[in-house]
Amino acid sequence: MEEIVLNPNERASHLPDDTKAVPLKVWVRGFCMDDCDIGTQAEIKTVSGRLAKGTVTLEKPKYNHDFGEYIEELQNIGKQAREILGVI
Amino acid sequence: MNKYEELMARKNEIMKKSVGVDYSKYEKGKLSFNYEEMMKDTGYSLSDVIKIQNNVGVGNTPLLELRNITKLARKVSKTGKAARIFVKDESANPSGSFKDRRASLSVYDAKTRGYKGVASATSGNYGAAVASQAAMRGLHCIIVQEAYDSRKVGQPEILEKGRKCEALGAEVLRLTVGPELFYTYLKMLDDTGYYNASLYSTYGVSGVESLGYEIAINCREKFGKNPDAVVVTHAGGGNVTGTGRGLIKAGANDTMLIGASVNLKGLHMASDNDFNKKSFTTGHTGFGIPFMTNPDRSDVPRSAARPLRYLDRYVTVTQGEVFYTTELLAQIEGLERGPAGNTSLAAAFAISQEMDDNQIIVVQETEYTGAGKHILPQLTFAKKNGIDVSVGNPKDEVPGKNIIIPDHPSKLYIEEHDLNKYRRSYIKNAAEKITGNEILKCDLDFLADETKESKEQVIKILHELNIVVR
Repeated sequence: MEEIVLNPNERASHLPDDTKAVPLKVWVRGFCMDDCDIGTQAEIKTVSGRLAKGTVTLEKPKYNHDFGEYIEELQNIGKQAREILGVI
Repeated sequence: MNKYEELMARKNEIMKKSVGVDYSKYEKGKLSFNYEEMMKDTGYSLSDVIKIQNNVGVGNTPLLELRNITKLARKVSKTGKAARIFVKDESANPSGSFKDRRASLSVYDAKTRGYKGVASATSGNYGAAVASQAAMRGLHCIIVQEAYDSRKVGQPEILEKGRKCEALGAEVLRLTVGPELFYTYLKMLDDTGYYNASLYSTYGVSGVESLGYEIAINCREKFGKNPDAVVVTHAGGGNVTGTGRGLIKAGANDTMLIGASVNLKGLHMASDNDFNKKSFTTGHTGFGIPFMTNPDRSDVPRSAARPLRYLDRYVTVTQGEVFYTTELLAQIEGLERGPAGNTSLAAAFAISQEMDDNQIIVVQETEYTGAGKHILPQLTFAKKNGIDVSVGNPKDEVPGKNIIIPDHPSKLYIEEHDLNKYRRSYIKNAAEKITGNEILKCDLDFLADETKESKEQVIKILHELNIVVR
C-alpha cells in the first residue's frame, strides 16, 4: 500500500525545487486485515507485526528487476584484454 | 511547527532510546568530543568483535591475487611496472558484502540488550546485512530505503537490495527521494522501540576494524610484510574509518590508506530529477565529500565514522571505469562481482602503475552480484533514463549526461583530490557551529586529530577564519 508521509507544504525547507513540488510517499507491504480492493483505504499487518494504513496499490507484488538488455559497449573488454595479455 | 519539525525536535530523545548511548557525556570544549572514549565505550575489544563475527560466519574472507589484472596493468603501465593487486573477497560474507561486519556487532548488541527488533535507514548492502544478522539472532528487522523517484521508478540496484532484505525476513519501507527519509525513520523507531543499527554508530564502525586487521595479518602471513597500500571505497566514511583503525591495531602504520569514490559531480543528491541519472547509489562523491567534511550530518549525534582521521589520499574514478573494471574482473579473473564494490578496484588498477612490481596494493572489498545489481541492468537503466552510453575516453564522462566505457585499459585514470582542501572545509564547518570567535586548547587538539593535520596548520586555517584559541 501507498501512503503520503509529507505533503509538499510539509516538506523540509532546504530541498531542491523539483523535490519540494512533490509529496514524500512510502510503500509498505503486508497482509490486509480485512477484505479490500486496489485503490481503497486499508489497514495491513507487516511481517514485523506493525499495523499501517494507506491506499492499496498492488496485490501480491512481484519483483520486476532483471539482467537488462545486451550491452554492446561491453563486448570488447574481455577479448581486448586477452589479446593484450597474449593468452588467446 | 509542522509535523516534520515537531518530530525532528525530539530527535535526540528518540535516538538515545534507540541506540542506548548518551552522546552528551562525550562533549567537551566548544566543538569537541572525546572520540576514542566513545569508541572504547562499545565494550567490545577487537578480539571480542572477531569472536562475535566468527560465530555468525562473518569475516575471514579470502585475499585473492588478481594475477591477470596485475599483468594487464604492467602491459599498459608507462614504466612497465605495477604493484601486485589483491582483493579481499568480501562477497563471501553471509549476505554478500563487507557490511555484514558492521551489522554483526550492532545486531549482537541489540540482542544482548533485549531489544525486540533492529532497524536501519539504508538503500545499500547494509540493509541485507542487518536483515541477515537479525534472522540469525531471531530479531525483527525493518529497513527504510530511499527507493523511487516521484514516478515510482527505482534503480534496479536498489530494487534488488529491497528484495534481498525481504528474502531475509525483513520489512522494507520504500520511500521517494528526499532527506526526510530520516523523519519516517525516526517515527518508526519511536513507534516500535527498535534498536537503531546505524551505520554511523560506534558498533557500525568498530565492526569494520576486523577487515583492516585481517588484511594486514593476511599480507604478513603470505608475504612477510604489510601491504604498501589499501584502497577503500569511500561513501559515509565508516569503511575508511574502520579499515584504517583495524590496520593501525594490527601495527600496519606504514600502509597508505587510499579512499576512492565514483565521481558524481554536479548531481544533486536530494533532487527528484537527478535521482535516476546516477548509476551508482553508493560509494560516490555525493556522500564521500559531505561526510568527510561534516561527519556529524548522520543519523546519530556524533558519528563514529571520521574518515579524515585516517585517509592518506583520496581519488575519484568514473562510472564508466567501474563498469569496465567489473567486466574485466569477470572476463579475465573469473570473478563475477557487483559493480559498486569494484570502485576501489578501478582506482587500484591506475594506482598500481605508479608503484613497483614488488609492492602490494589491496582492494579491500567485493560485493555480490545478481539481477538488478549487475552491469547489464544498470547500463540498461541508464540508457532508458536518457544517459548516453558509449566507448571512448573516460575523461570525457559528464555525470548525469553520459557514461563512457574506456576503449583501452591504458585509458583508466584516477582524479587526485587534495585532502588539504577537505581538511580546511572540515575546520570551516566545525567552526560554524560555535558562538563567538574563540575556541579552547582542547578544541585545537581535537581539530588536529580530526584532520590528521599539524596544530600549526590548524591555527593558520583558524586564523583565516578569524577564530582564536584561548
